[in-house]
Amino acid sequence: MYTVERNEIINTIKDMFIDSAYNLNNKLVNKFERAEKLETNKLGKSILRKIIENQVIAKTENIPLCQDTGVAVIFLEIGRQLIFSYDLEKAINTGVRKAYMDGYLRKSIVQHPLNRINTLDNTPAIIHYNYIPGKNLNIHIAPKGGGSENMSRLKMLSPSEGEEGIINFVLETIKLAGGKACPPLIVGVGIGGNFEKVALLAKQAIFRKINDSSKSLIDRNLEEKLLKKINQLDIGPMGLGGLTTALAVKVNSYPCHIASLPVAVNLQCHSARKKEVTLVGKKINNSN
Amino acid sequence: MEKKLTTPINDSTRETLIAGQEVLISGYIYTARDAAHKLLVDAINKKEKTPFDIKDQIVYYVGPTPARPNQVIGACGPTSSYRMDKFSPTLMENGLKIMIGKGPRSDAFTKSLVENEAVYLIAIGGLGAKLSKTVIENTKIAYNHLESEAIHRLKVINFPAIVAIDSKGNSIFK
Repeated sequence: MYTVERNEIINTIKDMFIDSAYNLNNKLVNKFERAEKLETNKLGKSILRKIIENQVIAKTENIPLCQDTGVAVIFLEIGRQLIFSYDLEKAINTGVRKAYMDGYLRKSIVQHPLNRINTLDNTPAIIHYNYIPGKNLNIHIAPKGGGSENMSRLKMLSPSEGEEGIINFVLETIKLAGGKACPPLIVGVGIGGNFEKVALLAKQAIFRKINDSSKSLIDRNLEEKLLKKINQLDIGPMGLGGLTTALAVKVNSYPCHIASLPVAVNLQCHSARKKEVTLVGKKINNSN
Repeated sequence: MEKKLTTPINDSTRETLIAGQEVLISGYIYTARDAAHKLLVDAINKKEKTPFDIKDQIVYYVGPTPARPNQVIGACGPTSSYRMDKFSPTLMENGLKIMIGKGPRSDAFTKSLVENEAVYLIAIGGLGAKLSKTVIENTKIAYNHLESEAIHRLKVINFPAIVAIDSKGNSIFK
């Protein structure tokens, strides 16, 4: 059997959240640079330039990219040969706490949706667990901002509404969001599954690599169609007009009930901060 | 070319602002977002004194990240304004003249804005690091228990904003 030490997890989670809040992924920066060259709207172009400038200041002057350093969202892929002799969830929350305390990040979590009392350390994180073969622990994290999350939507369509129904719902969501979700966006679309599964699919979609395409032909076609249509809406950077409304559309699908066609749209703002790290399990001496 | 504005901004200057115009603000502005708005409006409704005199002032919808020991402020970009729509009319009726946030506002907000000859400005969202460079003083003045939502008085130099809804109700939002 194998394990990953508690301290290694705590420190990794801490470093990932701090790093993501200050350093935007280079591939995403390249996307902004390409978009800035192609943007024809004057204000849109100037906003894209400022987004590029902002990430340079963040990196070089140690200031978070955005004041909304988000809710800590974590996807774990746990190798089946790994065992943990400690509370994994507690270790992760310790890592999150350290990141937000030591990294000068904003604490944006309240204890109860109605009492609105701040937990003061940005915990608890939202953690999703999956199992994979092997002895590695893959950690994917994102500090997810509230503005774009608030504009995300879910709808249970009828199967007869088909692709057109999905496209209309996605476009309607982007239009309703306008500048509020801080475009240019990464649009995560979940289709299929059921009520809770489809929301998770949409979230997993925004965790995908910025330049990848779906392996499913149906989903890939939908991604291309949606990206084109979204960028024809003239919403543009920060909703002030232009060609650059979305940088990418990611569609994740799952089988569903004969009666259902669930669709969820999770929006990611332009400050699309995320990280992934793989920890390799260490062999433990088994006395059995 | 951006128009330079220095606080306090008087009535005649404010009335010349036109939707779409870019401005650079220098002087004092006050931070307040969701929770602080609720407390400000509660105080007004109870006829209590607000922690600062909102008359003719500028309120900026922001909850910054904590400053490092060598910094004035952390990241400090605007938050979405629509969540303040419920509270803003009361503040405008009591003299608040300029609000800075991001995104569109409700019709009821715009109606109150015109009645009170106020102006709504937007800053660019997600530029928290860049905008922090315009802040040269940062004093926490009220509602400490709200943590990142406490009210701060900021002194800014050339803080960039765009006139989104002018005092006549003209708007840059479609």
